[in-house]
Amino acid sequence: MTRALGLVGTIALATALVGGTAGAQTIKIGVNEPLTGAFAASGTYVVNGAKIAADEINAKGGILGKKIELVIEDNKSNPTEAAAVAEKLITSDKVPVLMGAWGSSLTLAVMPKLMEYETPMVVETSSSGKITTTGNPFIFRISPPSAVEAAAFKGIVDKLALKKVDFLVINNDWGRGTAEDFSKMMKDKGITIGLVETMDQGAQDMSAQLSKIKSSDSETVIVTTAVDQLTLIFKQAAALGLKKRIITTGGSQNPDQIIAQAGAAANGTMHLTTFLPWFPDKTPNPEATNYFITEWKKRGFEFAGCTESFRGYDGIRTAAAAIEKAGKAEPAAIKAAFWDINIKGLNGDIVFRKSGPEGKESGQSQPNVYLIEINDGKVEMKTL
Amino acid sequence: MSEFLQHLVNMLVLGGTYALLGIGLTLIFGIMNVVNFTHGILYTFGAYIMFIVVQQFGLNFFLALPVAVLAGWLLGAAIELTLLRPLRGSDIDTTMLVMIGAWIAMQSGTLWIWGGVAKSVTTPFPEAPLVLGPVSVSWLRLFVLAAAAMLILVTYLLINKTSLGRAMRATFQDHDTASLMGVNVDMIYTSTFAIGSSLAAAAGALLGPVYVIFPQMGDLAAVKAFAIVILGGLGNITGAVIGGFILALAEELGAGYVSSGYRDAMGFVIIIAVLIFKPTGLFARAERVG
Repeated sequence: MTRALGLVGTIALATALVGGTAGAQTIKIGVNEPLTGAFAASGTYVVNGAKIAADEINAKGGILGKKIELVIEDNKSNPTEAAAVAEKLITSDKVPVLMGAWGSSLTLAVMPKLMEYETPMVVETSSSGKITTTGNPFIFRISPPSAVEAAAFKGIVDKLALKKVDFLVINNDWGRGTAEDFSKMMKDKGITIGLVETMDQGAQDMSAQLSKIKSSDSETVIVTTAVDQLTLIFKQAAALGLKKRIITTGGSQNPDQIIAQAGAAANGTMHLTTFLPWFPDKTPNPEATNYFITEWKKRGFEFAGCTESFRGYDGIRTAAAAIEKAGKAEPAAIKAAFWDINIKGLNGDIVFRKSGPEGKESGQSQPNVYLIEINDGKVEMKTL
Repeated sequence: MSEFLQHLVNMLVLGGTYALLGIGLTLIFGIMNVVNFTHGILYTFGAYIMFIVVQQFGLNFFLALPVAVLAGWLLGAAIELTLLRPLRGSDIDTTMLVMIGAWIAMQSGTLWIWGGVAKSVTTPFPEAPLVLGPVSVSWLRLFVLAAAAMLILVTYLLINKTSLGRAMRATFQDHDTASLMGVNVDMIYTSTFAIGSSLAAAAGALLGPVYVIFPQMGDLAAVKAFAIVILGGLGNITGAVIGGFILALAEELGAGYVSSGYRDAMGFVIIIAVLIFKPTGLFARAERVG
């Protein structure tokens, strides 16, 4: 009896496996994003942007004669989950390419899995330098690493007359990496670095850190974290009477959400962003930007999400372009094809350059970085 | 010095809400011997009620508070009647597992209804803070502190000055004897759980507008509530209040003068110390528990 059951089980499993591969009428792309937990807002925006790209591609007939199918999984803003989700997408859903995983710590947790299963991933948001410098040839990043942000910011440092700067950063690879890269650039410019305060990714009360910063003799605070924590920081800074210039980095600020939720507390704050949905004509590809924004609004999503969702849109288009170039939906071919693509991203052309140790370089594109300022509840562009 | 004063003010404001979180949990633990894993989600629930009443129905902020308290009371009573009453007499592990299940189910429920993106509530308080010399504090937080103090006082009076409170304390000491003396123990259990739940919902309703509202907001709050309860001694209301302020002080000074990266660890360092040196909590009286 047990043997008979075992046999039936084996047949069922075999059928399922054969059916799973031979019958594939779609090309799958794995999406590994935080849909719950501390980064839920950002991850959801990215996924919604990704869906717009998939629908656009499918409406035009798909790629290689097949429709693309996004297999979306929630990594719960947790590195352990992010690695598990990547494994599930690769081994069980058999996706030949992934996009993810929003946060630097999440992406770094996924990276060993990419090596293990030799599957490439488009990194759409993460900015820790480590991602493209540790020698993982399956990484293709379209977001700017924090050193690129720091370099872009370098030009405006003199105009803002920065003298002494404190940091308040999220206590993970993203935040600490940003503090390091920006400190280095600023020290070269002769700016004094004061406090470097950190906060837990789920922390809601930053009053203690802000009180400490309030008492320091710096005139500027660089803040790095995602939109939900930023909102809290602006509110709490205002409540504490903190009157320093606040500049945020990382491109996950969703300025319109900050304006809506933090109100007047957001006025006077500056933000380094990677997309300009407020000024489509000033973006590198106005036509594509306008299409994306119109589509985003048509779907009833809040405009605030644009600064984040465009990454998902560009990420999927990047993956699709590589699949098309590869001519087949296989990980090794797609990985090779990433080096040959050139697509018009919403934030500049996506062309990968080699980064990291020789022989196992990661791909890194060179996106633009902009500085905006919130004044009277409106977004204004500052020239870098 | 001004930084230290600011830390103290922050501690007072934070401690008031920690105390509120702690007393609801300690009440349920002390009287019912139930490890209430739904405490955090009731906190979240209170915050969402606030969001619905103020943002979606556009009703008054001050009216929303009692609505949240009442909703928390009703949800607490419902949990007690449907989940805990049938399990009365089961061992503590079984109850704990059921409560963990209820927590996960309810958290997924909030996620399903409202999504993972954080919501915020507009308040009638001015955005400019109250400035007293070197110290500033927002009007909203002062109100939260006052409301928390009032709720703590009401709870204290309810337990120490009313016949319901006397019956609760009697049940806490010995539920068999209390039952023989004519105390309706079933009713006491339901009331206790409902009151504890309404306090959690009140804390959420008060803090939701201070922070932002999202389905997992209660997780950290619940962990802190457990810490406060351990600090103050199980079932000890005064202990929970003082425990709340001690935790807030440890976090503020820890983040301010030691390292902000370890802010949330500070409280737990204290708890480990308490558990080593005074395992029944800082303020546990010699009392008959079984």
